[in-house]
Amino acid sequence: MKALRFSRNLPRFAAARVAGAVVPGRGATVGPLKLVDIDPPPLPGPEWVRVRPRLAGICGSDLATVDGTASRYFESIVSFPFVPGHEVVGDLDDGTRVVIEPVLGCATRGIDPPCPACARGDLGRCEHLTLGALEPGLQSGYCCDTGGGWSTLMVAHPSQLHAVPDDLPDEAAVMIEPTACAVHAALAAGVTDGDVVAVLGAGTLGLLTIAALRRHTRPRTLLGAARYPVQRELAALLGADLVVESGEWRRAVRRATGSFAVGDGAIERLTGGADVVVDCVGSAASIADALAVVRPGGRVVLVGMPGTVSVDLTGLWHREIALVGAYAYGTEHLADGSRVRTFDLAADLVRRADLGRLVSATYPLEHHREAIEHAAAAGPRGAVKIAFDLRDDKERDRL
Amino acid sequence: MSRRSPRPGFVLEVDRSTPPIVFHHGEGFRLERLPAGRSRVIYPAEALAGVEDPEGAIRHALLHPLGDSDPLPALLFAGMKLTIAFDDVSLPLPPMRRPDIRQRIIEQVLDLAAEAGVDDVHIIAALALHRRMTEDELRHAVGDRVYDALAPRGLLYNHDAEDPDGMVVLGQTRHGEDVQLSRRAAESDLVVYVNLNIVSMDGGHKSTATGLSGYAGVRAHHNPATMRASRSFMDQTASELHKSNWRQGEVIRDAGVTIFQIETTINNDTFGATGPMSVLQKREWEWTARDRATFLGMQAGLGAMPTKQRRRAFQSWRAPYALTSVQAGEVEAVHRVTTENVYRQHLVPVEGQTDVLTMGLPYICPYNVGSIMNPILVMCLGLGYFFNLYRGRPPVREGGVLIMSHPTPWEFHPVHHPSYIDFFEEVLADTTDPVEMQDRYERRYAEDEWYRHLYRTSYAYHGVHPFYMWYWGSHALEHLGGVIIVGGDVRAVRRLGFRPASTLQDALEMASDVVGPQPSITHLHNPPILMADVT
Repeated sequence: MKALRFSRNLPRFAAARVAGAVVPGRGATVGPLKLVDIDPPPLPGPEWVRVRPRLAGICGSDLATVDGTASRYFESIVSFPFVPGHEVVGDLDDGTRVVIEPVLGCATRGIDPPCPACARGDLGRCEHLTLGALEPGLQSGYCCDTGGGWSTLMVAHPSQLHAVPDDLPDEAAVMIEPTACAVHAALAAGVTDGDVVAVLGAGTLGLLTIAALRRHTRPRTLLGAARYPVQRELAALLGADLVVESGEWRRAVRRATGSFAVGDGAIERLTGGADVVVDCVGSAASIADALAVVRPGGRVVLVGMPGTVSVDLTGLWHREIALVGAYAYGTEHLADGSRVRTFDLAADLVRRADLGRLVSATYPLEHHREAIEHAAAAGPRGAVKIAFDLRDDKERDRL
Repeated sequence: MSRRSPRPGFVLEVDRSTPPIVFHHGEGFRLERLPAGRSRVIYPAEALAGVEDPEGAIRHALLHPLGDSDPLPALLFAGMKLTIAFDDVSLPLPPMRRPDIRQRIIEQVLDLAAEAGVDDVHIIAALALHRRMTEDELRHAVGDRVYDALAPRGLLYNHDAEDPDGMVVLGQTRHGEDVQLSRRAAESDLVVYVNLNIVSMDGGHKSTATGLSGYAGVRAHHNPATMRASRSFMDQTASELHKSNWRQGEVIRDAGVTIFQIETTINNDTFGATGPMSVLQKREWEWTARDRATFLGMQAGLGAMPTKQRRRAFQSWRAPYALTSVQAGEVEAVHRVTTENVYRQHLVPVEGQTDVLTMGLPYICPYNVGSIMNPILVMCLGLGYFFNLYRGRPPVREGGVLIMSHPTPWEFHPVHHPSYIDFFEEVLADTTDPVEMQDRYERRYAEDEWYRHLYRTSYAYHGVHPFYMWYWGSHALEHLGGVIIVGGDVRAVRRLGFRPASTLQDALEMASDVVGPQPSITHLHNPPILMADVT
């Protein structure tokens, strides 16, 4: 079968890091990612099924992997070689169209009884990502046993499968997984009615988070910051009350909150600020920006994957700011007391907000270098989500 | 030695022999060739001679007041409350060489007050909603002697329009306009106002009604409706801004506030007769080889300087202005004479209108002394001040195009102009319509506590000030069919709602889309300042 495979190859990893620093996405050209013809992954257990990807998205964490900038934190929870791709809509052998919930928690690993988190349905917090019947891997797409969406065939556990209604296009379905991340983040943000909520970053995750906050919370003002015009337009369409350029962020939050600021006309930080800041970038600069505008006792939610960053946390200490992460999904507790799978909420939001429109371009696997460079420069090129399109791949039906 | 009489301003018809014309361009200059046969250049008058004995002239004015007023010594008495207010750092432009006229006057007023046994004296920089003056600026305006005698005791200070205990509303005009004044001034037995008129809009009742007022009083006339109805606000007979200030002045007078107004005029000696800047006061075809070499040398030197250094060099220029008149007494009588003296220097007869008006904007306007000419100030200087330098009708026809030359950097002085940054990022990103921004945004900016804090404790213009800058251009925005900025930051120019052009030739081609091919052109060769008297 045809697949893009990421191998452990330190010289190539170093080359990707250098190339990716010069041109984002260029790590795909010189790094450990290769288009290969390999055997399909064997089914890890009798209940496992084969999935033929139709569309598979390229995510920010994939780009960090390809460009060698991902944190070494992941080394122990991935297994090489792996086929990336965890945003997947595909077909089962029986023709059922599914999206995959990629977290490889206790159920997929045959661990019974499951860890407390999995028992609660909080898959993203699984404590057993390196144990059980599978090699280490936090998700499908990072595990050598399961394959990933950037191929013509992968395997999945039934607990990972969500059937896709016939009337939902593939472009919408492939957005369900990242939308689930956003829904989980929105619900984890602790927004209370009437809050000022500021979302930093308007890549795919930022835009989806804005949509999710609009759907599931009732802020007084939902403010977004985006670098590029298309992002600003989409952020407004998806529910932001106000969208500003990234450089205008601190002043905009000050205006929205009526806060004072430290700095004589320039703004070093606000004295008050937003109740909740959702950082969908995850860089040192964005975390600093988030800390600069959140009110004392407020909450900063890290949705963008941060890696190793250097940030002055004095303000976090002094102003008693809560800095929390929001990763993946599982089961959500809604205000009405109900418990709902995040993927179900995400599927609903994808349909309501027409999130399939965020898929800007698709590429065949053969053009993976162009695809990855496009994804890495999505903002400046006026794009949002880039995906691989396997639907017409001849290899797909060969196995 | 006999001295040639200064030549009046005049209009040059551009022909093939006309050399390139100097356009101010921020902290630099452009030499532009205007199309022959359809362009004209309005040149300012040469500098009038200054009065030979300024000290004597000031004393004479104080002792021989105009209108219904006693001489100043007769108004001073022991035990009285005396307030001296003076025009702030926005005048004159550029700042004048020492000693500043205000210093000369205030020293004489204080001497007379001392002779009369007055010991309750406050001196206030009448800055309305402008930024506070720094100690250096105050010292420059009033002199070290006055500053050292009064400032340490808290008797010389900046007006604070947001001091809840320091302001009082005196009432309303017959048009329902609030009249607000400094409580100290309102409760004084006498207010002596020391004015410096650089353009005909300055002075008169505006000195106190605006200079010692606050948002409640200023908003009565600093609004789009008033600005649009002022044709122009440099022409008192056609200025709603003027009329509104006059109505407020009547209320101040009727409230029992006695004002002894001292007004001064200065000549056009902005750049001096010697030194590299002096070529800017000469007419291009009269440049000597030395002048040309000086100009080219200056251009090369400026080109080699980093922006900050260039800005510093320009901002350090002190103009050798000479006093051309001083008159004192009752406000309206004084101002009539002042206005004639301003016109004597500035008015240039011009016949008819053209399709296009061009102007080079210099590095300074009333609101960026020691600061940065940000894009909003570029708009205000061009469409507010320069466009309105006319009497009768604008030199450009309705629906015509204004072409301005300025780098228009996307750059702000954060200390001086904090609310400008927000205005640029928030308001102008949404609308350039003065009425819409007044309705939707003005009040929030005016009442923003952070801006209020910075205005009162730092050196920030009031939160509402950028709105006034924009309103200042309301009449021009309504009159013109388009505005083009040559050599400006493209993004900044677009944010202003204007069109960017790389060269004057490009701008003229773009203008022809609006006014038709081969447009007629007027160039305002300003500064030194001129006022077109258009018939």
